[in-house]
Amino acid sequence: MANGRDLKLIKDFRFDEENVSTVTSIEQINVEDNCEELLYQTGLASEIEPDLPVLNRKQHLEFLNSSLKYLPKGYEVLDSSQPWLCYWILHSLSLLENPPNAEVSSALVARLARCQTESGGFGGGPGQSAHLAPTYAAVNALCTLGTVEAMALIDREKLQKFLYSLKNADSSFSMHHGSEADIRGVYCALSIARLTNIYTEELFSGSAEWIVRCQTYEGGFAGVPGMEAHGGYAFCGLAALFLMGQEDLIDFPAFLRWAVSRQMKLEGGFQGRTNKLVDGCYSFWQGGAFPLINLILKTKEGMPMPLSLLFNQEALQEYLLICCQHPRGGIIDKPGKSQDLYHTCYGLSGISVAQFGFDPSHPTVIGPPENKLVPCHPLYNITSESAEKATTYFQSLPCPCPGRLI
Amino acid sequence: MSETESSGDECVLKCKKPAFVLYRNREEWKDVVPIPQADVHNAVVAINYSEKFKDVYDYLRAVLAKQEKSERVLKLTEDALNLNPANYSVWQYRREILRCLKIDLRRELVFSAKMIHQHPKNYQVWYHRKAIVEMLGDPSAELELTKNDLEYDSKNYHAWQHRQWVVQTFGMFDGEMVLCDTMIEADIRNNSAWNHRFFVMSNTTGFTPQVVAAQVDYTLQQISKAIHNESAWNFLRGILCQTKDGISGNIKVNTFCENLIASNNISPQLLAFLVDINMALAKEDQQAREKVKELCMQLATDVDTIRHNYWNYLAQTV
Repeated sequence: MANGRDLKLIKDFRFDEENVSTVTSIEQINVEDNCEELLYQTGLASEIEPDLPVLNRKQHLEFLNSSLKYLPKGYEVLDSSQPWLCYWILHSLSLLENPPNAEVSSALVARLARCQTESGGFGGGPGQSAHLAPTYAAVNALCTLGTVEAMALIDREKLQKFLYSLKNADSSFSMHHGSEADIRGVYCALSIARLTNIYTEELFSGSAEWIVRCQTYEGGFAGVPGMEAHGGYAFCGLAALFLMGQEDLIDFPAFLRWAVSRQMKLEGGFQGRTNKLVDGCYSFWQGGAFPLINLILKTKEGMPMPLSLLFNQEALQEYLLICCQHPRGGIIDKPGKSQDLYHTCYGLSGISVAQFGFDPSHPTVIGPPENKLVPCHPLYNITSESAEKATTYFQSLPCPCPGRLI
Repeated sequence: MSETESSGDECVLKCKKPAFVLYRNREEWKDVVPIPQADVHNAVVAINYSEKFKDVYDYLRAVLAKQEKSERVLKLTEDALNLNPANYSVWQYRREILRCLKIDLRRELVFSAKMIHQHPKNYQVWYHRKAIVEMLGDPSAELELTKNDLEYDSKNYHAWQHRQWVVQTFGMFDGEMVLCDTMIEADIRNNSAWNHRFFVMSNTTGFTPQVVAAQVDYTLQQISKAIHNESAWNFLRGILCQTKDGISGNIKVNTFCENLIASNNISPQLLAFLVDINMALAKEDQQAREKVKELCMQLATDVDTIRHNYWNYLAQTV
C-alpha cells in the first residue's frame, strides 16, 4: 500500500488570496472548503481504520450495469453521443474487471452497428451522419468488447476513406463534413488509424506541424492555434504526435512544466487550465500525459531515469477516492456535482494511470489492494489488454490501399 | 416568461408560453408519416426518451428521408435542436435549408444568439454562428455577442475561440488590448484574458523590444499585486521567451525577482521562474547550476511539495 500525504495537515495547502479577491479566488476557495473537509476527515479516520480510502466497486458496478440497460430522460442531450455512452460504460467495466456477458456483448455490437454509416464512420446515433468523435468512441468500445464479432464490424477500407475525406488543406482534421476543425480531430483520426491498422504517412502528412502550432506560450496545447492551453486538447496533441512518432517536435520542457503545474496542491486532482477549478475528468486528460512524458524522457540522450511519474500519483488517487465517489456509484467532477458516465470513465482511467502508469508490474496503490484496477493504454485509453488484442487482430489484416478520394 | 398565479384567464394566456402540440396531432403535418429510430427496442444502453423527444425526432427522420426543405421543417429543426442542441446532423441540415430557401441570415443570427445564450458550452451552436457569419461576411455583431457571453462566464473557451476567429479573419484587433486590460482589471487571475493578450500581441505589434518593455512593466505591476498568480508569471515568461535575450536577459525582471526574495515575499511561482532563469544560464554558469539545485530542493521539500517528483527530477537534469 502506497503512502499518501498526511491529510490531517491538508489545511497547510490552502489557496493564498493575498487580499485580492476575484471571481477566480472566490470559486477556488469554495471548492477547497469542500475538499479540505473530506480529505481532513479521511486523514482522521484512517488513524483508526488504516484501510482507507476504499474504492466502492460494488456501487460503481451497480451504476454501470444499470446504465448498460437503461438511461434516464436526462440523457436525451447525449442522443448524439450514443457510441460514447457505450465506450464510457464498457471501458469503466473493463477497468473494474467486470465485462458484460456474451449476450449483452452481442447486443452492444448490434447497437454500435446501427450507428455505423455508409461512409464507414460512425454517427452519434442511428441515422446520424458520421463524426470523428463517435467513430473514435465506437472503435474503442468495439476493441474493449474484444470479440472478433466486434472488431470485424469495422469496415477498414471505408473508414480509411472517411478519414481522408476529413483532412483539410492546412493538414488539420474536421470532426465531420462541414464542421469545426480542432486538435481533437487529428487525435481521433490517429487513434482510429493506428488501432485498426489503416494508418498511412500520406494521410497524416503535415498534421504534426499543425499540432505544433497549437502549443502555447504556457507550454500546453490549445484546441486551435492562438487559443488557451487546455488539458483535453493537451492530451490530444501529445498523444497524436506520439502516434506519428513526432513527439520531439514540441518544446518538451515547456510542456512538462505546464502539465505538472496543473495538479492542485490541496485537492490533489488536476485543473484543465491555469487558474481554473479541479475536475475529476482531468485525472485522465492531464494525468494520462505523464506515462507519455516518461517515454519521451527515456529516449532522450543523457537524461536521468525518472523514479516515478512526474506528478503526485498518491494525491491524485486521494482526490478521486475521497472527494469524487458518489455514494450511489459513479465518479463525479468535484464535490457537489452529480455522477455521470463521462466522469466515471475518466475518473477510473485516472486512477489506473496513477496506479500503473509508471511500472505496471509494481503499481502504486492508495488504500487496500482491492482498489487496484488494471493498466490502461495511455494513447488510446482502452485497457492495455484490449489494446494488445486489437492491434494483434488488426495487424494480421493488410493495410488498405491508400487512395486519396475526393 | 413568468406565469402569474393570480389574475384571470386572460393574463395567464398572455403570460404563458403556448403548450407544445405533438407533431402527430398537428393538422398541417398529416401528410408526413413519422419514422421511429432504428432501434426502438434497444436491449442495451437505452435512453428513456420523453414522448415529445420521440415525436419531434420521428418527424425529423421522416422529412430527412424525403429531403424536404421548407419553412415548416426549419421550425421542426428548431424544436429538435432545443431538445438536443448537440445533434450536429440536424444543425447541418438546418444550414442546407437556409441555403436552399435563401433565408435572411440576419434572422438566423438572432436564433443563433438565443441558442448560444441557452447553451454556451456547446460546440455546435458556436460553429453554426461561425458558418452564418462566414456566409454573411458580416462580423459586426460578433464582438458584442462574445463580450456579452464573457460577462456570464469570463473564461468560456468557445466564446474566446469565436472572438479570436472573428478578429483574425476580419482584422478587428483595434479594441482587443483594451478588452484584455479590462478583463484583467476585473479578475487578475483570468488566464483566458492573459492568453488573449499574447494572441493580440502576436498578431499586431509582435515582440519588439519597445513593446516587450512596456508589457514587462505592465506584467510586473500585476505580479506585485498577487505574487501567487500563475497567469501573470506565465505571460511574463512567454513574452521574454520571444526576445533574443530570453528569460534570463531582462535586468528589470531579474531585479524584481531578487527584490521579492530579499523582502521574503516567496511564492512557488516566483521560485519556479527563478529556476527557469537559472536553467537558461546553467550551461555556462556553474553558480547557476547550483542555484537550480538549491531552488528545486526548496520547492520539493517546502514551498511546492505536491510537485516534489518534478522538482527532484529537474535538479538531476541540470
